[in-house]
Amino acid sequence: MLDVQHLQKKFGLIEAVRDISFAVTKGEILGVLGPNGAGKSTTMRMITGFLPPTSGTAIIGGYDIVEQPLQAKRLIGYLPENAPLYPEMTVRGFLDFVAGIRGYRGAERRRRVESAIERCRLEKVRHQTIETLSKGYRQRVCFAQAVLHDPQLLVMDEPTDGLDPNQKHVVREMIRSMASEKAILISTHILEEVEAVCTRAIIIADGRIIAEGTPAELKARHPSGRLDEVFRMLTRSAAEQTVVHR
Amino acid sequence: MRLCSANTWEIFKREFRAYFESPVAYVFLVFYLMLIGFLTFFVSRFYEANQADLKYFFFWFPWVNLLLVPAATMRLWSEERRTGTMELLLTFPVTLGEALLGKFWAAWTFMTLATILTFPIVITTMWLGDPDLGAILGGYLGAILLAGAYVAVGVWTSAMTRNQVISYVVALVVCLFLALAGWPPVMDIVNRWAPSWLVSAVASLSVMPHYESLQRGVVDFRDVLYYASVIVLALFGCYLVLENRRTA
Repeated sequence: MLDVQHLQKKFGLIEAVRDISFAVTKGEILGVLGPNGAGKSTTMRMITGFLPPTSGTAIIGGYDIVEQPLQAKRLIGYLPENAPLYPEMTVRGFLDFVAGIRGYRGAERRRRVESAIERCRLEKVRHQTIETLSKGYRQRVCFAQAVLHDPQLLVMDEPTDGLDPNQKHVVREMIRSMASEKAILISTHILEEVEAVCTRAIIIADGRIIAEGTPAELKARHPSGRLDEVFRMLTRSAAEQTVVHR
Repeated sequence: MRLCSANTWEIFKREFRAYFESPVAYVFLVFYLMLIGFLTFFVSRFYEANQADLKYFFFWFPWVNLLLVPAATMRLWSEERRTGTMELLLTFPVTLGEALLGKFWAAWTFMTLATILTFPIVITTMWLGDPDLGAILGGYLGAILLAGAYVAVGVWTSAMTRNQVISYVVALVVCLFLALAGWPPVMDIVNRWAPSWLVSAVASLSVMPHYESLQRGVVDFRDVLYYASVIVLALFGCYLVLENRRTA
């Protein structure tokens, strides 16, 4: 479903992402782990077509995001970091706008909006303006926007960041409920999240993939059998190597 | 590129409604109309002039628009950049050009609405005397085209920054330049150091001669072409700024 091929991104002299390649198939939830500033968000922004890569590309359902951005974007649902939304719009108004942009008209458009509201449990706040919502609800509105067109690929950048445990639980439930019919890519720096939802994970540090495997495989890499120890061991050594390298 | 694709239409509707979803539109329209009315009736002494003529009324549009069009356009891109919704907008299956045009049409339509809502002044004049209808229509066309040029400049400057105040000030300065480019005191300064071809080039950038000729009720193709060129150039500049942001 998603095939990432040698993505690279330079901002001036800084190389934020260096040669990242991986694939996600339908039914998989791939977790992208890494310390802050490792290049997770930049990678996701290139996959979703917001940032053009310096080199390399991502193929989504057969469409190249660089060469055929519109066709590729139709297949993607994207939840950006911090769930940006238009604050002055109502929940319903916003989702109706998204349905329009996604090309739905008339009865189908209304049906899509209603089903997204229902799926993300937004009935209570549907007529409220977005600026009056709590962080958890905003996250769900942005989530609703991402799944409204039932995308084949769902890309989520830190979907549970800043949420309380109950809200995190709700978001994870929503992700799991969709897992079987989609390819899902989640970035996070919360390790429990990987164990809670992901079928496979990659660890990125300093713009490179430094480890890949199922949560169980990754855990086995450290004698303690704990994911945060593995994470610390791998990302710390990667950071040190770069210092020496420079 | 199509001037109004389905996506442009959706973005247009969202942007146009956004004016009315906050108090912005109402505050804006009330002050716009009050300012035009005040300047026409009290500063230009419309009644004392004792002529049923809208010359003084149309005289004020370039100056009122100068102050208020940048206020209507300053948030268009800067707010998208500040809140991060730009990331959402540009990952929808929409081209940058479609999004840009949707925003431009929305702001221009809003300014056209503001311009047309000044009609009570026209009715007052028609009740007092017998003004030239052709000149009134030409004057309004000029005012709307002028607003379009200023809106395009404002859309452009709003893409340059995530700060609305900077967006407003830069748009105001650029529009002020367009308004004053042919004005003698300004031309005197340019004359002192610039070669004559540059002087005439700067003078020809001015909106004023095109605005004034439409007020006489004559629709000259060259005037319309002038406004169209300013709009296309500013929007193209905006496109480059946005594209450059993405690739930088």
